[in-house]
Parts: sequence; structure tokens; C-alpha cells
Amino acid sequence: MPNISHHPDEVSVVSYRFGKGAANIDKYLELGGYESLKKCLGLEPDAIVAEMKASGLRGRGGAGFPTGMKWSFVPKQSAKPKYILVNGDESEPGTCKDRLIFEHDPHAVIEGVIIAGLAVGAQMGFIYLRGEYRYLLTIMERAIADAYAKGFLGKNICGSGKDFEVISHTGAGAYEVGEESALMESLEGKRGIPRIRPPFPAVVGLYGGPTVINNAETIATVPHVFRIGGAEYAKLGTERNGGTRLFCLSGHVKNPGVYELPMGYNLKKMVYEVGGGIANGRKLKAVVPGGSSTPVLLPEEIDIGMDFDQVGKAGSMLGSGGVVVIDDQTCMVNFALRTMKFYQHESCGWCIPCREGTDWLKKTLTRFHAGGGVEKDIDNIRYLSENMLGRTFCPLGDAAAMPTIAFVKKFRHEFEAHLDGKPCPYAHAEDLALA
Amino acid sequence: MSAIKATIFSPELAARFDKLVTLYPVRRSALIPMLLYAQDEVGYISEAVIQEVATRIGIFDLDVRNVLSYYSLLRTKPVGKYHVQVCTNICCMLRGGQELFEHCKQKLGVENKEATRDGLFSVEEVECIGACSWAPAIQINYDFHENLTTAAMDNVLEQYRSKG
Repeated sequence: MPNISHHPDEVSVVSYRFGKGAANIDKYLELGGYESLKKCLGLEPDAIVAEMKASGLRGRGGAGFPTGMKWSFVPKQSAKPKYILVNGDESEPGTCKDRLIFEHDPHAVIEGVIIAGLAVGAQMGFIYLRGEYRYLLTIMERAIADAYAKGFLGKNICGSGKDFEVISHTGAGAYEVGEESALMESLEGKRGIPRIRPPFPAVVGLYGGPTVINNAETIATVPHVFRIGGAEYAKLGTERNGGTRLFCLSGHVKNPGVYELPMGYNLKKMVYEVGGGIANGRKLKAVVPGGSSTPVLLPEEIDIGMDFDQVGKAGSMLGSGGVVVIDDQTCMVNFALRTMKFYQHESCGWCIPCREGTDWLKKTLTRFHAGGGVEKDIDNIRYLSENMLGRTFCPLGDAAAMPTIAFVKKFRHEFEAHLDGKPCPYAHAEDLALA
Repeated sequence: MSAIKATIFSPELAARFDKLVTLYPVRRSALIPMLLYAQDEVGYISEAVIQEVATRIGIFDLDVRNVLSYYSLLRTKPVGKYHVQVCTNICCMLRGGQELFEHCKQKLGVENKEATRDGLFSVEEVECIGACSWAPAIQINYDFHENLTTAAMDNVLEQYRSKG
């Protein structure tokens, strides 16, 4: 079981019940659990959506779409049943926050799903966990069974006359399934291949019905929004970026861990104070701010607030909250290669720019890192990446291309240092990694 | 009594599958969990698993094959009793995941996706397992082992070896 990290700058909202045994329903109730649901059962759907809009909560999966707005897109009348789908297929390298939520606060996810259902008029929700998270599926199944037994799920929930069903569901290993339309395909028992949009899931989604798809952290935040109030939650963050989020610090910091910090928290401070600075007396070389698909930032670019808008302005993305810290003994060509190896492995093969692009890039980077690179490869890597951008069905193509373009732009000198059959200048350093 | 008369699964799993197909709005939604649970019991997705799952859902065996080839956890060949999955993705790589993978192969005397002769261990290099802040990390079957060093890795392997 992973440790829970602590830092005085943390603002505990979604992590409020972590480490308190709240996977047990009695403990959850003792800690104010299902009170937000009771509150929402007395509200009109529009009032629930309005409160979510006031909270400024934006999707924690990576795209940062305002949650209240997303809910409001679901048509009020629908011939087909509506569904809530929780995306717990957490697979973006650098991201390990949903694990803590499922482990420590599974009922917050259930409560969030029911509230989302009340807001849009759905009566069924699915909680999709990646296949690797088997121990969490067991925790989730237990929590769902307990919620049924206590009358928070099933027929006539809390005596309200309303019904709601929740099913937990396991995947079986696929990054691509974290993409919302591929997630629906997977839940329908198919290969995780993206669907063309429009129509958007809010109108035609799971089983053809209107569907709200939210990240696990987003959904787990929902009950807390009603616990502390939308406006109060919004105030914790910055303008248009309400609240807090779980940041997963990893890589070469002294204190890696998952920390809940206000939106807009300074990235430099996050690396040097929360993370304790760079381990082993080395220096900072780069930071990947929001998971492997987000463009890398240089040390001089990290004095920024970690919210969707400020990181966007700095030329990268806040993404899924995975902050990967890289020290000066790391070969960025190798880092780019490992990133691309991942995307090549995970490309579903449905569209050609992604399937072929990631494969060519992996081959070129492999050869390049091994000392077989020629000058024109450097521009070719960038050219290939730029030609993938915006030309694929789903964002996986962009996720592979964007960081690669940044690696070439910002670390061209490291690519050049590998030319003419020269061995990797950092080859010696990799042996030190386990020291 | 299972819905399938000559089931290849244990009575518990067969009963679970009987129920699983009825939970969702469409039966096929049960396909991926069913394949994974079947693999947990049988060890891999055998021909017999494919046939029975196809029958239970009411789809062609070709549909099952088409789906199972997509998902990285599903396999059509047996692995070791303890399947050691070493993450070498970026966050683990930065903290020695690649070295851990090399060490593991050397220690067990196998290559990637190979099993030891006694069938106790097999090793596989895997993509991100969601342990980035506790890297480097591995999964043995479904169990996570985190913040590893080569020495800690040896201890973990020894624990599994003594369990037999």
C-alpha cells in the first residue's frame, strides 16, 4: 500500500478522509459521508448543476473541462436511459492519484456518481477501474455492496422515491481506454477504439444513451463541493480554476508523493519545498508538469501557478496532475525515447497518423539514442510529430506528438550530442540511478 | 447449477459469470471482466475459455479473439505462478526501473516474457502501473511492490519463492 504524504501547504478537501479508514461505510458516515447526497436529494437538478458551476471544478482527467458545464450538456428529455461513467482507467505515466481515492475513500466516488445522476436524470452509474487495480476493485465492490445495504443505492434511495444502480467494472490493460469514447467501447465489451465526435457522449454515449464521463478524482470531489459549498470550494483555487487537486510528484525529488494543493500553487515551490528539492545533490534539468503527454518545461519556466490557464500560457498543460521532475544527469533523448515507446505500445492502431507516426518515431529515437543518428533525424522527428498533431481521432496522437516536439525544441543540443556515433553522454549516470 | 451445463470453470466462477451477464444493459459488457476472471482461474485464455465465454455472451469466438488481442493483461499462453511485471516507464525509469528489470531477468535467468524452468516465476516489462510517486515499482500478479532497490527486489522474490 502506498504511503500518504504530508506537507503543511496541503489543503485537504478530496483527501480529507485519507488514512481515516473511510473505506468502511460506518466510518464514512461518521466523517459526514452521504450528507451531500441527502442535501442533493432535496435540490432540483438545475440547482445541483448551478452549484457545480459555482465551484469552478474542472475535469481532473487532463482536459480541464468545467464539470458543471459538462453536466448541463445532457439533454433533459431522452428516449434512451442516461448513464454516469467514472473513468478510473488511470494510466497516464506520472499519475497515481486515483489509486489513493479508491483505496481510502471509495464511498466518495459512489456518492459523487449518485449526485451526478440526480443532476442529469440518470439512474445507473459505472465505475471503471483499470485491470491492474484489482485490490481496489475488491475495495470498490465491498463499498458498493455496503451502500446498497444501507439504502444509498438501489430502489428508493434514502426514502426519496428515486432509484440508482452502480456497477464497478474492470478493464484489462489499455491506456487508450482512458480516452472517453474508447472507454465506452471497452465497457460495451469491445476493443478500446475511439468513436468519432460529434455526437458527443453527453448526447449519444454508452449504449446510445446520453452519458456523463468524469474522471475518478472529479467525481470524488463532487460530494466535497456540497460539503463545503461551491463558492467556498472555488475560493480555494484561482480564477476559473476552482479548488484543489491531487498532484503526483515523482522522479528525482527528495520527497515524491501525492499532495493535495490549491489550484494555482507555484510549480517551483512544489518542486523545491513540497518535493524537498532535487535528490542526491543534483540540479534540476526539466519538469513534465501534467503527465507524460504534456510538453516539458525548463527550470527557468517553472515559476508559474499550477492551474489550467497558467500552465497553458507557459506552453504546456496541467493535464492529469502528474509532475515528473528530471535531474541534470538524465538523458533527454532517452527520456523522449521511453515516452515514445509507451505511446507506440498503446496506440490502438485505428488511425494511421498515430499508428505509423508513433512507430516511426520510436524506431528513429531508438536508432538515434544508440548512436546511429544523423543530423536530419532531428528535424524529421519534429516534422513527423507536427504532422500527427490534430490529425487523429482521439488525443493519443497529440499526446505522443506534443511532448516530442518540446523535447526536440528545448533539448536540441542533447540530440546533437548523440550525433556521429557518439555514445550517450549520460550512459554512466544511469548506473547511479539505484544508488 | 450454471447456465452452461459442461462449464470449464469452478462452480463459484460459473455462478459469478451467470450473474455478471445479467447486470449490464447488454450481455457483451461482461466480456472483458469475464476474460480477466477466467484468466485468473485458468492461468491464461485457453481455447476452451474462448469457446465458453463466447457461448455465455452469445457472440462468435472470433469476437472474443478480436477483443482479447487488444488488452495487454490478457494472454493466450501460460506464465509463471508468480508473474513479475516490472514497470520501466518514465517515472520508474528515473528511479532505476530499467536496472531493476535487467536485474530481475538476470536473477531469474530468463528473458522478457519467459518463465523459469520450474514454472514459479515469469518476468515481463510493462507500461505504467500507477505507482509513479512510489517508484520504482513492480506488480507480482496483482500485488504492488514499491520503492524498490535491487536488494529489496531480491527479498521480494525470495518471499514468493519460499511460499512456493
